[in-house]
Parts: sequence; structure tokens; C-alpha cells
Amino acid sequence: MKRIEILKTYKIYIGGAFPRTESGRYYQPLANKKPLGNICLSSRKDVRNAVVAARGAQTGWAEKSAYNRSQILYRIAEILEGRRSQFQSELELQGITKVTAEKEIDASIDRLIYYAGWCDKYTQVFGSINPVASSHFNFSTYEPTGVVGIIASEESSLLGLISMIAPVIAGGNTCVVLASESKPLCAVTFSEVLATSDVPGGVVNILTGNTKELLEHFASHMDVNAVVYCRNNKDEINQLRLLAVDNLKRITIKDNVNWDDEKVENPYEILNFMEVKTTWHPIESISAAGSGY
Amino acid sequence: MAKKKAKEIELDLSSNWDYAPSMESTGHIQLKKKYDLFIGGKFVKPKSGVYFDTINPATEEVLAQVAEANEADVDAAVKAARKAYDTVWSKLSGKERGKYIYRIARLIQERAREFSVIESLDGGKTIRESRDIDIPLAAAHFFYYAGWADKLDYAFPNRNPQSIGVAGQITPWNFPMLMIAWKIAPALATGNTVVLKPAETTSLTALKLAELFQDAGLPDGVVNIVTGYGQTGSHIVNHPDVDKIAFTGSTGVGKLIMKSIANTNKKSTMELGGKAANIIMEDAPLDQAVEGVINGIFFNQGHVCCAGSRLFIQESVYDIVMRKLKDRMQALVVGNPLDKNTDIGAINSKKQLDTIKKYIKIGKEEGAEIYQPNCTLPKKGYWIPPTLFTNVAQSSTIVKEEIFGPVLAIQTFRTVDEVISKANNTPYGLSAGVWSDKGSKVFNLTSQMRAGVVWGNTYNKFDPTSPFGGYKESGHGREGGLQGLEAYLKFNA
Repeated sequence: MKRIEILKTYKIYIGGAFPRTESGRYYQPLANKKPLGNICLSSRKDVRNAVVAARGAQTGWAEKSAYNRSQILYRIAEILEGRRSQFQSELELQGITKVTAEKEIDASIDRLIYYAGWCDKYTQVFGSINPVASSHFNFSTYEPTGVVGIIASEESSLLGLISMIAPVIAGGNTCVVLASESKPLCAVTFSEVLATSDVPGGVVNILTGNTKELLEHFASHMDVNAVVYCRNNKDEINQLRLLAVDNLKRITIKDNVNWDDEKVENPYEILNFMEVKTTWHPIESISAAGSGY
Repeated sequence: MAKKKAKEIELDLSSNWDYAPSMESTGHIQLKKKYDLFIGGKFVKPKSGVYFDTINPATEEVLAQVAEANEADVDAAVKAARKAYDTVWSKLSGKERGKYIYRIARLIQERAREFSVIESLDGGKTIRESRDIDIPLAAAHFFYYAGWADKLDYAFPNRNPQSIGVAGQITPWNFPMLMIAWKIAPALATGNTVVLKPAETTSLTALKLAELFQDAGLPDGVVNIVTGYGQTGSHIVNHPDVDKIAFTGSTGVGKLIMKSIANTNKKSTMELGGKAANIIMEDAPLDQAVEGVINGIFFNQGHVCCAGSRLFIQESVYDIVMRKLKDRMQALVVGNPLDKNTDIGAINSKKQLDTIKKYIKIGKEEGAEIYQPNCTLPKKGYWIPPTLFTNVAQSSTIVKEEIFGPVLAIQTFRTVDEVISKANNTPYGLSAGVWSDKGSKVFNLTSQMRAGVVWGNTYNKFDPTSPFGGYKESGHGREGGLQGLEAYLKFNA
């Protein structure tokens, strides 16, 4: 008798745990007219829970040494390499060819390695010691913006996803990700990779669901510091920009990006989610440089 | 015994230490009675036909009349800027652009005294400040950015930086000339042209600068100056042919601007409000710290977005710091901005005076304890004595909201963790100050402050090479330094 196959329950990823959505609802994205699975339709409450988890993890993540963050990103790549076959079958199930899927997985792993290498280098390349005219030591460096919302690429469900998560967390931010709505499988499986890669719980949180329902909650949440939007819908872009004003979220729009292009790999993607901090201190004697303290 | 004796002697510097007036001369100042708009390299009459008075806030006397630009005027200015961008400025090499900007810097240095005096007359700030800080820094800013014009590829490796087009810029009244320099210098260095609206209460140095641009031979239309109120600014913001908005002002107005450009692809830089923490640890050099607190909140009448308006004193040194602070406040000279002895000049406008008075009233109503030194204020003009409040809480209105005046709210703390959490508990994140003689403690605190500019054992220091700008609701983008170039560039990597 033929063995009965065990079907996978796709869940969301919040604070290092895999809850089902608070909404209790699901949807069935189709590929070749067949449902890919029962995927969680995350709710506003899930977004809020994920932001709480991301905020809780942010200070600890930012305070890790750059060397440590670098090793953890490298570790994600290692684990991903070890699970390539699972991603291969999911990518194919979502409708691309075997060869294309292989290429996407290769590029995804390499992209993680690329940003792993930047963790302990971008402050050296882009930080500055500023030659002020008064007798002060003055330097500028980069600090993470905080909690970043990622509306991940709709089409490039693995490479597009990783291309944004990697630079965001490389700089010490934590994130809440909304996965591709029509191709969510890789995102859910990627969260299983994250959970086994020494990435502290809460640093990356991944939700699946309906963009129309959830975008406004990413855009208007007062404890989200930045949102990057990787799709092409003009109305959604306008809505995001408008709602983001209330707490002056930093908004990055990545429309019409070719994620296969190696040019999308660059350190400026890290800096997009950083704040410049400039520190002054007198040289020689406290409150040096004349009478004006 | 000694302690008791010290208590009996109270410093009374204001009564015994009257300085003889030392007035800056105004004889060499040339002001026209009426100023038109500066569009396409010429002064042109406003299509609106409307002029408004600009007054000296220290005397309430009218200094000149200034044109109010309407939508048609702004449109003419944007067209002039676009034409200059397309036909001249974007075609010029970085090297040649830089030379024009160097010229501007030199001319400001040559006319520094005239600009300083007008700045003090029109804005109420002390002549010592406009002479020693605002105008020299404005010239330095042009000088610094002039040199970047032909070196942009080195600032953004592998990024192919390109100018954006026409930049709309709206500047505040607290550092009129300096903020204009912060806006115009990087915009020109990166190859953009400009439509600038200075604040309505302080337009004169902007208009003098327009005369200087003519003298510098700056090509027509590269910088256009349209004076007016918020309405004029909104015409710039909403003009479809403006590619970038740079704004310095309140967080409230900044948000309105962000909302109006949300459905466009206009880039923006926002330098908005602040409510900075200035923290005195028990191991701080207290005399210097007190001097830093005074400079942090009373510099420029407290009209400073990065003012250290929330003071946190570690409990163990609270009494001694308060005594020193009050003594020092008693010695501050409030009065005529043109007197070189003056420490605190006039409040910039009647409107701002009312705002500050409103907050002082709220402070009292909410149960805070007020202290103001004895000082005689001039009968005419707008004045607020240096003011501090104790017995306030994190939830007090005067602790939460930006007052933009010489009003300090003082709280205490016991531990480092406590003060970090109190200091960061604000939607603002522009600046912060930390005072301690212990290096490791200073670096711990400066790195924990969620703010764009942090001063350790100093306060309110500015330099063209030093990037300035905020975290969170204090805005986005940086002005100054290499980082200040980015907001005026697009990248085609």
C-alpha cells in the first residue's frame, strides 16, 4: 500500500517561534492552477506582535560585535546551502524551471556571503573623522535606524527576499517581513533556516498574507522606523508614503528591480537603513577652544 | 562653619557689575526701503503686488518692506531655476561651479560685518553671536562645499553621482544666513539650481546675499529668492517642476510638507524639531558643565532646534549644580542685541514671544517651580529672561514639547540606565549632551543616545565638515560634511 505523505503546515515566524496567524484564516495561492498550500493570512495583530518582537531584539542585535553579526550572516548561508533541495522543490512548485531555481539559490547564498563580509567594514569605508576648525575630536559613524518593515519582492520570492533582509540586519536593524503573496513557500522555509542559524529570535520576523490588508499597518505603526517596499504598485507606494509621515519613517522604494543583477549588491543598501551619528569631544582640555563652551 | 558663611554671601553680579554699553555701529549698513523678489538674477516686482514689513524685534521698528511672492511669482522663480539648470549650471564642469562658490565664500568674508549687523537687527540675536558664529560659519560652509564640486566621485565610490535639478529650499528664522548657507552651498556644489524662501521675519540677509550673488557673477537663475510666509513655501513644495525639497523648521510643518509630496517622487531633507537631553554625571567638571548648560539652552535665546532643553542632573550633585547654575544665570546680560556685552538678545517675533509665554504659563499651571534671575528688560521689543523649571516630570508638557526659547526643564536621576531611558524617551532625536570626566562613561552615554549629533563635554558646536541632522521625528538627511552632499544627488550605479 502506498505510504500516506505528511503535508507541511506553513506557519509564520515571530520572535523566533512559529505561531499560526492570530486571524485563524488562510489563503491558497495557486501555481499551475493547483494550490501551493494553506498559507497564513496574517492580521494586524500579527504585525503588531512581530514589531514588539523586533523591537525587543533590536538593542541586543545592534550591540553584538560586527564580527559576530558577520559570522551569523555567514551561518545563514551555510544552513541555506545545506537545505538547497527543499528550496529547489519549492521554487519549482511555484512555477520556475529547475535551472532557474538552481541559479536563484546560488545567488541567494552568495548574496548572504556578500553582506556577511560587509558587517565589519561599512563603518570603516563610510564613517568619517571630520576636520572641524575648533579644537575638538569629531567623528561620524552609522547606527541602525531600528525596526525595519520589508514588503518583499512579489516575483523574486527567495533572492528578492534575501537581498533586502541581508543588508537590513547586517547594519544591526531588526525587521518584520511581508513575504511574496503569490509565492510564499520559500519565505516560510527560509524562516526555518533562520531559526537554526544562530540568529536571535525577533531579529527577523516573517509574515505571510494579503498586502492590501497589511500594508497600512506596516506604514502607520508608530514603532516601525523604516519601511522598504519592493513592488511596483503606485497606489500602494503613495499610501505607504502618506501613512509613514506620522512618525517620519524612512521609506525606501525598490520598484522594478532586477534582483539577479549583481549591481543590486552594494553597501549603500546597508546605509539606506542607517542613521549618521556625529560625536564631538574637546581635545586637550575639557571645553577647549576658547570661551565658548 | 565655612559652609554657613558661604550661604550668607550671595552673588549679585547684575547690580554691581554693570558694563558700560558697547554698541556696534550701524552707520555702514545699507538697507533699501523696499525689497523685491530675486528671480533670474534680477530684482523683480512681485506679481502679487504685496509687500510686508520686516521689523527689528528689539525695538519693534520697521527696517524695510519685503515682497510677498504668490503662486505666479514662485512659478517664475522655478522657471528661471529650470532654465539656468538646463542651459548653464548642469553644463558647467565641477571645477568651474566650485570657483563660483569660492567667490561667494570670499565675498561673504569681505562683507562679514555688514551681514552680522543686519542679522542682529532683523532677527534679534546678539552681535557677538552673529559676528563670531553665524556669519563666519556661513562663509566657511560655502568655502567647504566649493571644494567638493569637482570631487563628488570620491565621495560616493562606484555610484556615479548626478545632480537632481531644481531644489526648493525653505529656511528658518533662528539662524537665517547660516541655514541659507547650509542649504545653498551643497545644492550648488552638486550642480543643482535653487529656489529659496527665507523665513518671513528674517528675509534681509537673504536679500543682501542676492545682491552678493550678482556681484559674484553667479549665472542668472542659479539661485532665486522668493520671500513670503508659509503660503509662499507651500507653492514651492507643490510646484510640479521642483525635484527636491529641503526644509528646516518645526516637526509639524515638516510633516505637512511630507504629506503634500507623498504622491510625488520629490526627494526631501527635513531638519525638524528637537528636545535634547543634556546630562550631567556626578563626576563631571561642574563649572564647565554649567557653562555648557548655559550655552546649551540660552545660546541664541534658545531658538535652536538642538538646544539642550532637558537638563538631567545626577542626584548627588544636584544642589551644587543648581547653585552654580542660578549664580551663572544672574550674571547673564539680557538686552540690546547690538551691545557687545549682551548674552541674550531679543525674541525673534511677537508670535514666538507668545508661544514661549504660553509654555511658561503651562509649566506653572502643571505645578513646576520657576526660577528667573532679576534682570531689567527693555520696555520695547520682545524679551524673555533666562528661565528654568524644576519639579517637572517626564510627562510635563514643558519636558515633552519643543519651546524654542530660553526655557530649561530640569530633572534628576540616580543611575546611568535611568538617564539613558529618560533621555531617549522622546519622539525627537536631534542632539544630546553628556558631561563626565570619565572617558568610558562618556562613550557609553554618547553611543546610547538616539540622536544625530552628540556632544561630549561640550555643547552647541557646529562646523561645515560635521554632519548635522536627526533621528526619528527630528527629520531625515544630513547637512554638513561629506554626508551632506547625498541629499542633493541621484545615483546611477
